[in-house]
Amino acid sequence: MTVAADSAASLVQSVDWRAIAPPTITAAVALVVLVADLFVPARRKPLLGAIAIGGLALALLALLPLRDGGRRTFCLTTNADVCSYTADHFTLVVQALVLGGALLTVLLSLGDTKELPVGEYWFLLLASAAGAALLPASRDLATLVVALEVASLPAFALVGLRRGDRLSSEAALKFFLSSVTATAVMLLGVSFVYASTGTLHLGEIAERLYDVSGPLATLAKAGVALTLVGFAFKTAAAPFHFWVPDTYVGAPLPIAAYLSVVGKAVGFSGLVLVTVVAFPSYGTVWGPLLAVLAALTMTVGNVAALRQSASRAHGAVRLLAWSSVGQAGYLLVPIAAAGYAGERSVGSTVAYALMYAVVNLGAFAVVALVARTHRLNRLSDYQGLYARRPSAALALAFFLLCLAGLPPGIIGLFAKVTVFSAAVDAGLGWLAVVMAVNVVIALSYYLRWTAVLFRAPGTLPATEGRPESPAEDTAALSPGGAAVTAAPALTVAIALTAAAGIALSGAPQLVLRFAGVSLF
Amino acid sequence: MLDISESVMQLLLALIIVGPLVGAVAALLPAPPGLRGKSPEQAVLRHGVTVTGAVLVAAIVLALGFDRDHASRMQATTDISWIAALNVRIHLGIDGISLPLLVLTALLTFLCALYSYFKQGHQPLTQRAKGPSPKAFVALILVLESGTLATFAVLDLLLFFLAFEMVLIPMYFLIARWGGSEGVPGGRRAAALKFILYTLLGSVVMLLGLLLIGLHAGTFDMVALATDNGAGLSTSVQVTAVLAIGLGLAVKTPMWPLHSWLPDAHTAAPTVGSVLLAGVLLKMGTYGFVRIVLPIAPDGMRVFAPYLAALAVAGIVYGSLACLALAKEGAGGDLKRLIAYSSVGHMGFVLLGIATMTPTGVNGALFANIAHGLITGLLFFLVGALKDRYGTADLDTLAGATGAALYGRAPRLGGLLAFAAVASLGLPGLAGFWGEMLTMFAAFDPAEGLSRPAFLTFMAVAGFGTLLTAAYLLVVVRRVCMGVPPREEEPAGPRLTDIQTYEVASWSPLVALTVIAGLWPAVLLGLTDPAVQKLLAGGKS
Repeated sequence: MTVAADSAASLVQSVDWRAIAPPTITAAVALVVLVADLFVPARRKPLLGAIAIGGLALALLALLPLRDGGRRTFCLTTNADVCSYTADHFTLVVQALVLGGALLTVLLSLGDTKELPVGEYWFLLLASAAGAALLPASRDLATLVVALEVASLPAFALVGLRRGDRLSSEAALKFFLSSVTATAVMLLGVSFVYASTGTLHLGEIAERLYDVSGPLATLAKAGVALTLVGFAFKTAAAPFHFWVPDTYVGAPLPIAAYLSVVGKAVGFSGLVLVTVVAFPSYGTVWGPLLAVLAALTMTVGNVAALRQSASRAHGAVRLLAWSSVGQAGYLLVPIAAAGYAGERSVGSTVAYALMYAVVNLGAFAVVALVARTHRLNRLSDYQGLYARRPSAALALAFFLLCLAGLPPGIIGLFAKVTVFSAAVDAGLGWLAVVMAVNVVIALSYYLRWTAVLFRAPGTLPATEGRPESPAEDTAALSPGGAAVTAAPALTVAIALTAAAGIALSGAPQLVLRFAGVSLF
Repeated sequence: MLDISESVMQLLLALIIVGPLVGAVAALLPAPPGLRGKSPEQAVLRHGVTVTGAVLVAAIVLALGFDRDHASRMQATTDISWIAALNVRIHLGIDGISLPLLVLTALLTFLCALYSYFKQGHQPLTQRAKGPSPKAFVALILVLESGTLATFAVLDLLLFFLAFEMVLIPMYFLIARWGGSEGVPGGRRAAALKFILYTLLGSVVMLLGLLLIGLHAGTFDMVALATDNGAGLSTSVQVTAVLAIGLGLAVKTPMWPLHSWLPDAHTAAPTVGSVLLAGVLLKMGTYGFVRIVLPIAPDGMRVFAPYLAALAVAGIVYGSLACLALAKEGAGGDLKRLIAYSSVGHMGFVLLGIATMTPTGVNGALFANIAHGLITGLLFFLVGALKDRYGTADLDTLAGATGAALYGRAPRLGGLLAFAAVASLGLPGLAGFWGEMLTMFAAFDPAEGLSRPAFLTFMAVAGFGTLLTAAYLLVVVRRVCMGVPPREEEPAGPRLTDIQTYEVASWSPLVALTVIAGLWPAVLLGLTDPAVQKLLAGGKS
């Protein structure tokens, strides 16, 4: 009896509940919302949104006691140094980014959920956020893949949630197929790595990869490459980016914002984990590979964004979609640099991602605000926004200049400086020059949009091509005037992101402190 | 001259940089009761005058409190850590090199604000007044001022980059929204976009060079780096860094053949924008050469100095030839475009002086910098006034068959234009002379390690350039100022008002300073020389 209990105890891992609180709370609240949806009467549905906000806020608060870092749990009973869940600084920063991003997405969605099945919507969003929060903490390949799928699967459903919308279903299908392909490729890579090293734990893989020899070395190399390709799909790095614009346009707007920030964060944290933590010995393989991917991604994204015409329907979202591809290129640069100069460069990616999350969500919030009155959301619809809504226009101008990296967007400027600095430090001069050219290309389209905001309304030449019927454009105005009323949640989201952006511009150290230090 | 304690000086310098920013935010807010003035436009333009005036006063007090006996020492220094992760410090300070530029910037911006204020009062109902609101105009001018002043006062490489970038957005909007499209291919928006993309590309490349230096030397502090004088940097690093930084600065300066953004930007910009662009923004490029490239990476500079000098004299000749072509009858030349090309030529002299790497040359370059700011600022004001009166700056339309006859129709305006033109061509006794003379003198005897025959050739070419400069400026004077005035009975063209009082007020400081700097160059050279000697010697003297 006692013998059996002892052996059982040696098999059961001890769990540090406080360390795993952030993803756990999110997942639990997701279930609560799903169940509550069954019992809450229709007119009380806004309550569910409040629960979602409360849950995410609670999960964010649960990060506070962990801020010293270094907590680990789900360790092997035979070797306490090998753990599947680690709450180090990298984990905490990315979790804060993911949960904060999800919180802002909830704020963006509050006004939109009337057309969507509310309970499912909140459940799927929170479930995806839970997966995204689990991912940066996972330190074995199985947990990593599971977390990635938990984050992605609800996202497919979210993209396709607008029932009866052909664009939405098509977007979901495109997203689903490309993502499943990515997962399949990645799983193949993971199995190769497992076959050649005999372990799934990232730390152990790193050690054993040094000793792999003979025919297994080829297998390991192929495994590393395939795993990276899988993550490149997820991060929408070129040439695996083609699903991005259509998916963003087809998805409900807040979900596009969510994918552009949280979805990217998921891909990047996974990429960082496998490259820097699991495969550091193969830095000579993935370093150049990622550098080329980064250069390609930023160029493709920025050039495509440059070619967006002002009169195309959903032009604003499309532009942000392409710009997010371009920004993904910048995010890849420090990871590529880590292949040459060591893991410290990765901090620049984290710092840049934090800046990008704040300002991109802010830009999406303003776009959502404009979308309430201009359903088509063309770039030309932003003309004269300053005259109609001065503070929203100023906020959007600030966000766009942050993305472009020019003062007054000081935080954007310094985030770019850290990325450049990582590249120069690693001796990747050519990549830095490519990025410099891209920064200039990007400025021209961000600036074009910014300039439109301040132009007097109604001086742009008539829209090219198929004339859009004005009735369609102002359709949102008619039903009961409900859509025209100011959206308090959107205003709060814009105010929050703008305040964060301005605070960071005054004290860039708040996010830049992660650059150039070891986060693991 | 005045004995002001160091902490007050620090405060003044901080005020000079932060003041315009605060003023810019205040300009966007509604005016408080009691300050509303006659109209919102008038109130906000007056606000601009007040803020720039306060900054000018602060700059003058700073200049009076500056210890001229130790002009090479950094004064009014502040050094606070800002972004520890990037090792960026808010390190401010002025020495004999930056002080004149700081005062020039404050002065020109104030004069521009003053000019806009009174001009609005004189012609409240031109079609321009109905356009974009002066609120944003004043805010942009103030941000621009803060950025340029910061460029001359910061002593940290990354802060320098930040300040360098800060002027781009305001200038873009000034050109794109308040400019004119006449005589600009693609219109003012295209010109503004060209300006910002060119300069941004240059400055991002410059950032790479700055990072290279900072990462290799372990610090971004300009004073520490200048004291090392490149000792901690290998020659290959220096060469790469100078190439990158030099490219960025050369676009801004602008150096031939990277100048092509300048003529369009100048032609499209509103008068005030042109004045600030030529008077102040271009100086940021040459200041960067003197402050960063020369002392921090001297070995790299030595490699590129002959090429820089060659391109500089090519710019001198090219600028003059372009101006001659524009000034020709029937060429359809725009006066603003002509002055823009003449800037290319004048900045060529500045670059030549820097490329000699001698104290004489650098002093001459700094002197020419200031002189160009005063004279070209004045020229752009005058041409802007002409354009307001005639509705065009097209030389052929202005001059007609016989000449615009300004001497006869508006004698004071004509006289002033002639004065500015001869100052610009470098007449001895006016400010334009000393800078050109000193740079050519330095090219006669360049620094050790530079090829003397090459520089002698450059000197000869530059000398030939001064002849060409004189030629086109005299052609302009002949065509604009001289000619047969239309007789009373035939109504040829609009009636011309001569110089107004407010124009006198905003232009006379420039005229006075041009004369003073020409007659008493020691005022400036006494300030810059010790600082230049120290920079070139690596902070040892």
